[in-house]
Parts: sequence; C-alpha cells; structure tokens
Amino acid sequence: MKKISAEDVRKVAELARLDLPDQDISTYACQLEKIITYVAQLEKIETVDVIPTTRALEVLNVTRDDNVKSTSVREELLELAPHREGDFFRVPQILAD
Amino acid sequence: MFIAELRQQLKGGEISARELIEHYLGRIESVENTLHAYLEVTAERALAEADLIDQMRAEGKPLPPLAGVPIAVKDNLCTQGIRTSCSSKMLEKFVPPYESTVTKRLWEAGAVLLGKTNLDEFAMGSSTETSAFGATSNPWDPSRVPGGSSGGSAAAVAAGECIAALGSDTGGSIRQPASFCGVVGVKPTYGRVSRWGLVAFASSLDQVGPFATNVADAAEILKVISGHDPLDSTSINASVPDYCSSLSNSVQGLRIGLIKECFEQKGLSSEVKTSVMTAANLLQSLGAELLEVSCPRFNDGIATYYVIAPSEASANLARYDGVKYGYRSEGANNLAEMTSRSRAEGFGSEVQRRILIGTYALSAGYGEAYYKKAQQVRTLIRRDFEKAFDSVDILLTPTSPTTAFSAGKHANDPLSMYLADLLTIPANLAGLPALSLPCGFDGSGLPIGVQLISNVLEESRLLNVAHQYEQAAEVMANRPKANLVP
Repeated sequence: MKKISAEDVRKVAELARLDLPDQDISTYACQLEKIITYVAQLEKIETVDVIPTTRALEVLNVTRDDNVKSTSVREELLELAPHREGDFFRVPQILAD
Repeated sequence: MFIAELRQQLKGGEISARELIEHYLGRIESVENTLHAYLEVTAERALAEADLIDQMRAEGKPLPPLAGVPIAVKDNLCTQGIRTSCSSKMLEKFVPPYESTVTKRLWEAGAVLLGKTNLDEFAMGSSTETSAFGATSNPWDPSRVPGGSSGGSAAAVAAGECIAALGSDTGGSIRQPASFCGVVGVKPTYGRVSRWGLVAFASSLDQVGPFATNVADAAEILKVISGHDPLDSTSINASVPDYCSSLSNSVQGLRIGLIKECFEQKGLSSEVKTSVMTAANLLQSLGAELLEVSCPRFNDGIATYYVIAPSEASANLARYDGVKYGYRSEGANNLAEMTSRSRAEGFGSEVQRRILIGTYALSAGYGEAYYKKAQQVRTLIRRDFEKAFDSVDILLTPTSPTTAFSAGKHANDPLSMYLADLLTIPANLAGLPALSLPCGFDGSGLPIGVQLISNVLEESRLLNVAHQYEQAAEVMANRPKANLVP
C-alpha cells in the first residue's frame, strides 16, 4: 500500500497550480492512494534494458523549411483573452506586495 | 440509410439536401430532451450548407463524395467560429479562430456539420458523466450511460440524430461508447489521422476516428479524414488506400487471434464472452482460422495507461492559466493566485484528479519509478502485439467487459471506472488501429461489441473483416426494440 497523505496532495496541487479546499484535498488523498497503489504493480515487472516507448510509432526528425508566414488571427486570439488591454493580456500584479 | 444510397438519391433527385437536413434536425428535436447527445446544434449553418448543395445539384455540378451527409462532431475538435467547450467550464466561452484538420477535410468533402456533441470533460472518463454541462443517456436505455468519453457522438449516431460522427480515442473513448450504443467506431493507427485542432489530452495516445451505423459508412468517413498533415508532425506520411474498395474481399484463410488474457478477465460478463465467441465462430464459418494467442503484459495495460495518460495530460493542461483564453477567476490578488483559483474553479474533479496523478508521477523523485517504468512496460505491451502478429493477421477481443452500466454506478470510485477500459487501452499504447462493432445483445436488450485490432496501417483489413462479419451476422436486423433507436 502506498501512503498518500493530505500533505502530499497539497504539495502536488501546488505544483499543478490548483488552489483546492481542504475537503477536496482529503478526498483526493484517499482516491490517489488507491490509484497509485494500483499502478505500483508496475514495480514488479522486470524491465532491465527495456527501451522506453515515448510515442506509439517512431517518427524521427520531422523538419520543414524555416519560412516566415503571416497569419491573420492575431486580433481573434487577443479577443479570446479574459482581460485584454490594447495589444496585451491584462493580469493581476505579478509580484506580491 | 447508407451514405452510398444517399449519394444516389441526392443525385437522382429523390431527396434534396434540405429535406435530409430537416429530417435530422426534426429527429434531434424529438429525442434530445431525453438523450442530451448534443451540446450545440448548428441548425442555421446546416440548412445554409444544404441549400448550397441543392443549388449545385440544380446547376448539374458534380457533387463532392460526402455532399449533404449530416455529421456530428465531438466538442473537443476545434470548429472555427463555433464554440468548442470540451464539456468544461474552463472552455465554456472558447470559440476557436481556426478549424481542425479532420473537420476541414469533412467540409471540403461536402459533409454538413449538424452540431457539437457531449463528452466527458476534456475526454477524461468512460461514461460521459463528467461533462460540466450534464450527462448523455444511452438510447437503448436512458437510465444507462452511453459510454465515454465520446458518448455524445455514439448516442447521436445510435439514435439517428446524424448519419455519422467524429470522436477521439485515447484509451477506448471511441470503441467503448460504440460498443455501449450498438454502433461502429474506429480508432485508426496513431498518426493515420491528423490531431491538429484536437484539444490535447494525452498526445502520444490521442487519435480521431469515425462513428457510423455500419462499416461501409465508417470506411467512407475514415478515407476522407485520413492522411498526412504538415500541421501535425506525428501524422504519418503514407498514402491512404481506398478503404471502401476492399470491403467485399473474402476472409478465407484469414488467421484470427483470440487473445487469451482478454477472455480470462474475471470482470468479463458471461453474456459478453458468449456473444463475442459466437462472432469469432461465425468468421470461422466464413473461412477464417481461429487461433489462441497470449499477450501476458496486457493485464498491466491499465496501470501503464494511468501513469502515461495523466502525466501527458498534466503537461498539456498546464496551458489553461486564465491569461490567454479560457476561464479566469476574478478578484485574485496576484497572478499565481489567479491561475491556481482559475484552475480549481474551471476544471471538474475528474480532470483535477488526473492532473494530480500526472503531476505526482512526474514530480521529483518519482519520474523514474512511475513514468519511465510505465514507458518500459509500454514497450513490453508493444512486443506482445508484435509477437502475436507473427502468427495471426488480426486480433479479436470483446470491446468492453460489460454492456452499458447504470448512470452513477462508478461515481464514488474512480479506480473501478478506470478498470473497465482494460480491453481497449493496449491498442492505444501500441498505436494500433482497432474498431468496435455490434455482435449481439444481452438479456436486457443492451448491445454488445466485438473489438478487432490489426497491425499498423492495416485499417483496410480491419474494415474488410468487420464488413464481412456485419453482412453475415445481420446483428442489427435482429435487434430488440428500443424506443429511441430508429
């Protein structure tokens, strides 16, 4: 059994930028413990010298000519922003007081 | 009606494109209150498109291959100017400024968009219950789920709310709902179909594919959406065969492998097992040879998947930060707080759970133990398939261990829901093409699906065998009565 504490989940939630209430943290801790315990069955499998598969089918060095192309969606993209100011995305202050 | 018949009728003037679209809009109107397969119906646009096609017909112009074919699209495929929500509050107001490659190809082939279909939030789920905009019901029994994550597309096809639909399949999200709803669903070879414009979940596993009521229609749609796309560097640069022309080939001498481990699962319902074995026996009576094969690492597919898919998802979903697009929480004091609150409020619990699993698996000290280990086991699963294809041409398994389950059954136990994907996940891990098609019904009148898996880029064989089975078995001709299935 892998132990996952509320503290573990709080740390992971912080890494994942999720501001979760305490109640959710404890629910997720129980669920993650079950799930991580289940996936830990992989530990028992012998994988010495087995090359990891990173993609289903190997595609190597896909390149294209480095040509500059213009697109006309700049305005539409900016319009998708929750808060826009001119040509900028507006956000709350970045540094704490 | 088959797409091929429809084409003849449009050409011969027996039906107009407008009449056809009006028929489907009427059908949507009458069943949507019960099913909720669609998130949005694009009626005006569909009728305008139909009128253009009718104008072409009147002028005697040649019609493109899918002219007038009404199609529903899973709401995780970007459609220019039409909201693409992924069934998430995060993207509730997202209207893409561009079109996904697959849908672009469909419209160029004359197909008509009827609307966007419901899914599990960000395609994470097996029941379409995690949608932020309400669940979809199964047309065979509205108290049951349609499967997921492409449950809206599967239900819409089954209920006659469109001729065909697109879905996406990361761990079975096309095949399992196809099985639960009694329709055909195809997951192509990884890279056969462009992922450009598909909202990313797990990039090394995601693949787009069609739903249809029959194999021939699925082949027509697949032919149109397949092929290399410079905008997706993982798309395969190989020519696309005419999937329709090989459907009538004989299965004489075909070697079909029954994967032992799939038939020995303890959660496998006896009705499903019997029905799938009957399907295998029918193919044998058509001249195919049945062989038992072993894929010992299959039983580790779920554990492998639930490390790899959430890991990739946690990285892919990092882009939703409340700055550039998507949901933003108001009133935060600084940028970090705004992002963390936006993600806590904008994502539902299944998405948060998977982000947490993925972040945990990739975090310092665990990367080797989980992510690398899972990638190594992924290699072993691929090798199992390679070995199997040394002795057989195609593999046959049940699609899902059970028929459609009741809504809410797995609500409090996410792991029990994950375990239901065990038969579909291996094909995603190995990148192989696979499909599900109906092979019978259980005692409650719910459809059962059989899964066929073939070697890389052998979609032609997959569709050929499925078509031969479909013609001989006539499963749908002998279906039980269901009020919402025409």
